[in-house]
Amino acid sequence: MSPTWLVLGLLFLVPLVIMLWLSFQHRGLYGGIEPGPTLANYVRSFESGYAIIYARSVWIAVATTVICLLVSYPVAYYIALKARPERKNLLLALVVIPFWTSFLVRTYAWMFILRDQGVINSLLMSLGVTHEPLPLLYTPLAVMIGQVYAEVPFMVLPIYASLEKLDRSLLEAARDLGASAAAAFWRVTAPLAMPGTVAGIVLVFIPSLGTFITPDLLGGAKGMLVGNLIQNQFGPALNKPFGSAVAMTLTVFVLALLWAYAAWARRRGEEVVL
Amino acid sequence: MKGARGKGLGARAGESAPVLRAVSWLVYAFLYAPIVVLVVFSFNAERQTAVWKHFTFDWYRVLFRDELIGHAVVNSLLVGVMATVVATVIGTMAGLALARHGFRGKRVTISLLYLPVIVPEIVVGAALVSLFGFIAMRLSLTTVILAHVAFSISYVALVVRARLAGFDRSLEEAAMDLGANRWQTFWWVTLPLIAPGVMSGALLVFTLSIDDYIITSFVAGPGATTLPLQIYSMVKTGVTPEINAVSTLLLVVTIGLIAAAQRLETARR
Repeated sequence: MSPTWLVLGLLFLVPLVIMLWLSFQHRGLYGGIEPGPTLANYVRSFESGYAIIYARSVWIAVATTVICLLVSYPVAYYIALKARPERKNLLLALVVIPFWTSFLVRTYAWMFILRDQGVINSLLMSLGVTHEPLPLLYTPLAVMIGQVYAEVPFMVLPIYASLEKLDRSLLEAARDLGASAAAAFWRVTAPLAMPGTVAGIVLVFIPSLGTFITPDLLGGAKGMLVGNLIQNQFGPALNKPFGSAVAMTLTVFVLALLWAYAAWARRRGEEVVL
Repeated sequence: MKGARGKGLGARAGESAPVLRAVSWLVYAFLYAPIVVLVVFSFNAERQTAVWKHFTFDWYRVLFRDELIGHAVVNSLLVGVMATVVATVIGTMAGLALARHGFRGKRVTISLLYLPVIVPEIVVGAALVSLFGFIAMRLSLTTVILAHVAFSISYVALVVRARLAGFDRSLEEAAMDLGANRWQTFWWVTLPLIAPGVMSGALLVFTLSIDDYIITSFVAGPGATTLPLQIYSMVKTGVTPEINAVSTLLLVVTIGLIAAAQRLETARR
């Protein structure tokens, strides 16, 4: 076990501790640091100019999660309960394959589609629907599309796993006892599939909070999210202490969410997915 | 199962559900359309707009003559191979230990292994560059390799551990009883049994490594530009058909590698 501890300790735990320490230092000239300790970085990160970045990140992550849920549920349901058994594996693989490919390449594909000379605008203009290209790229909508696109498989798979396991005779019993199809779904299927649904929500929400490539490539200059703020402070802004404070805040938030999820799952006696 | 009854959301496999089916097809179209468009337009002679002109291999030709891309590919392969070797060896040891031994601190070790999977990549990158700054280590290809090892050990350990879940220990005991020492037992009995899991973990590491942008962008020094960094800087300066071409090649490589990993993992289960 010790090589793992040595490597992950040196290359994972120690860096996090150094970053924690950095977050309490002052910023020095030319990207250096002045000894602290100070809480100024944390205080500053919650001032209005930066708080709005946190708020925007949470909002994008929530919207991504909700849209992913709406998009993924029917697919998971179809594969688990409606598709012919011999086709299930193929249908599942088809959901997963795009996720194997480079995140960067997938995001670039949306740039190619949404930009002014892109596929959608070229099509619309050649059909004469519009004469000016529609502003699609560098908008919050573009970020949302890219994010949903990247996260859909993480929602489909756990929901599918839950639906696949559920005892179908319960559904038949509900219908025999006179429940409508909708009532059977809301009162039997959905509650039974709750563990997978919650796991999917966690699996989509958390990476969306810290996303960087999507807002950087598809969002405009005004669409900065937490991920971009951290990169900016470590890069061009030359302010590692402040960037560290933001990164620590994000990490603590993510770990707290996971802890809450694990506690919820354990209380229900469910298997914790992560 | 009883006779046919129940429509709509009451579930039965193979039962027609036109709305669900249509929605599912739309989602599949959403998943594949961007990739198909990207690939198709890498063969389009038109440079400026997304209007089809005629078929060409020009952008691939340009690509193969591009020295910056060539250099980036070499860097990516070097980092990928080094990170894969180191992470696979350490990750396999961790996976073996977790699957076979109860030891003090096992739960903490599992949590430690999950950390790199859970902590946002942007934080991992920032933390690693803080470490390298703290110990005044110059950013180079070496720091990129170290970073890739750090984030990929966990994946190997978790894959190997899963592979060993149904492992028959009596085979090892039999080898020992027949006079093999521990090392011989490992080499001739254990390793062949876990080889598919190890290989699939290794392929996964290699794929993660040649794909990674975020963490690499923090820890790469001058001259250590990897393929994703090169693509990113090209994308930032403007969309061109060459990017479609290089993206297409990267798509083919990553899908091929992961498909191979998946086959190994399900093989001889």
